[in-house]
Amino acid sequence: MTDFVRTKAKAITIILLIVLSLISLSIGAKSFMWSGVLKGEANHLQTLFISRLPRLLSILITGAGLSISGLLMQTITGNKFVSPTTAGTMDWCRLGVLVAILLAGEQSKLLRILVAFIIAFLGNLIYISITQRVQYKSAVMVPLIGLMLGSVVSSLTTFISYMYNIIQNVSSWLQGNFSLVIKGRYELLYIGMPMVVIAYLFAGRFTIAGMGESIATNLGLDYKKTVLLGLLIVSFLTTTIVVTIGSIAFVGLIIPNIVSLYKGDNLRNCLFDTAALGALFLLVCDIIGRVVIYPYEVSISVVVSILGSIIFLILIFARKGKTIKNA
Amino acid sequence: MIRSENLVKSYGEKVVLDNVSLNLPKGKMIAFIGANGAGKSTLISLMSRIVPKTEGCVYIDNMELQQWNNNELAKRISILKQSNHLNIRLTVKELISFGRFPYSKGRLTKKDNEIINQAISFLGLENIQHRYIDELSGGQRQMAYIAMIIAQDTEYVFLDEPLNNLDMRHSVQIMKGLRKLVDEMNKTIMVVIHDINFIAYYSDYIIAMKDGKVVSQGYTNEIITKDVLKEIYGMDIDVQSVNGKPICLYYN
Repeated sequence: MTDFVRTKAKAITIILLIVLSLISLSIGAKSFMWSGVLKGEANHLQTLFISRLPRLLSILITGAGLSISGLLMQTITGNKFVSPTTAGTMDWCRLGVLVAILLAGEQSKLLRILVAFIIAFLGNLIYISITQRVQYKSAVMVPLIGLMLGSVVSSLTTFISYMYNIIQNVSSWLQGNFSLVIKGRYELLYIGMPMVVIAYLFAGRFTIAGMGESIATNLGLDYKKTVLLGLLIVSFLTTTIVVTIGSIAFVGLIIPNIVSLYKGDNLRNCLFDTAALGALFLLVCDIIGRVVIYPYEVSISVVVSILGSIIFLILIFARKGKTIKNA
Repeated sequence: MIRSENLVKSYGEKVVLDNVSLNLPKGKMIAFIGANGAGKSTLISLMSRIVPKTEGCVYIDNMELQQWNNNELAKRISILKQSNHLNIRLTVKELISFGRFPYSKGRLTKKDNEIINQAISFLGLENIQHRYIDELSGGQRQMAYIAMIIAQDTEYVFLDEPLNNLDMRHSVQIMKGLRKLVDEMNKTIMVVIHDINFIAYYSDYIIAMKDGKVVSQGYTNEIITKDVLKEIYGMDIDVQSVNGKPICLYYN
């Protein structure tokens, strides 16, 4: 990593974010011209404010939210392979959504978020207490426990939804989707924003917690409370995203790892970069998905999975090369 | 002053620390010695509250551990455990800056920055202060952790095997630095070190442990003797005097 990238990464990310945001606003099946917007033509303004802008905003918030969740999870567990997907948080969220639908029908999204949040938080607690109890802790073991737990929860969700014949509603949360986002359908994402502020305020504490319980205690930090707060933030952010957009893999896993390479893991330094790069990554995936078979769309989950797995492999091999060099 | 009363630590049936009552002298370099599994690390972990005790009391400046506010206590005592496997990437300076957390909660003041820079130059880490700790050698990393503890600037300092992974030059540099903290700043430093000759040369006071109990304690020249060492380690150790300091020959 050159010094140029190290120092200019933030500026580059922001410029790319702005450029790609404008591109994202300009593409789509409906005819849309910036000149029309500037002239104040009603149909162009409508396209912008009802469909394009909500879509853009929801992508940015989702990308930032997922990558921050991943960063917090990785810091708390001290494991670079943990994220809301590998820790099973998203599976717990879906179980929560199912429970909410069974309890109160399809109406209230807020109730859905509340129930899903409680269940996701409990799920995270169960996951963390299992990983802390496991004696043999290799780097791969920690996320594997999450994947296994997630699969169990996921099959439970499928089982229950078959029983009540609502499998179709539930599977719509399996894959994240931005093509249905219009004004009035994504605003619940905003209620996750205060969590990002809290994460920033407590950034130093989370980093210390990431150094392990004995160093944290030595520095006068209440380790358990800090971990709990971190899990609360992650659960809430993930829940708002899963309920409004659906689950999206890889973002929470790879983005913090990339930023870590040039910014380190001091949360106070890397939180903003992580959020910005997460938003940028999701935006790129969305644009690709919208142009490859234009005027149709490839689901963003597909693009994210393909791009994400390639980047993930590159990261693994890059790290491997580095450790060999160090040894 | 640090004092313990009937301190007990047990894991299930197994008692690893058995009724330890101690009065640690202030302003001294105190070394804990004993064979592996004698309970040295457990004892300093209990005294520094990072491992919960089973029974007994620990008084830091006449107040029991449980009555202390955890953050206030972090300004009074600090501890560095022997194995620190950090999975997060921090620069040396960032790590050392976290030593100021009990005082500034992450918002560093001018005074904090001065102390951080002092800690860096105290151990001669200027050249590597902006490097990431996962890219350093084991010895450099250990120096960075000790600098963090120095930046924490506490009256009492516990160090669990601070010379682990360090070569002779770094070991001597650390011990001289610790000695300076005791002599010039009147700190009380408690160390667990396995190399008996480092203890014989640098420490003022020794607490010898065996099977979870304190078997003897006293000033260095009282403990570094053939008879006492035989009792602690169960081997014949020849003690010679070189330039007025005891040197142990335990190689045959």
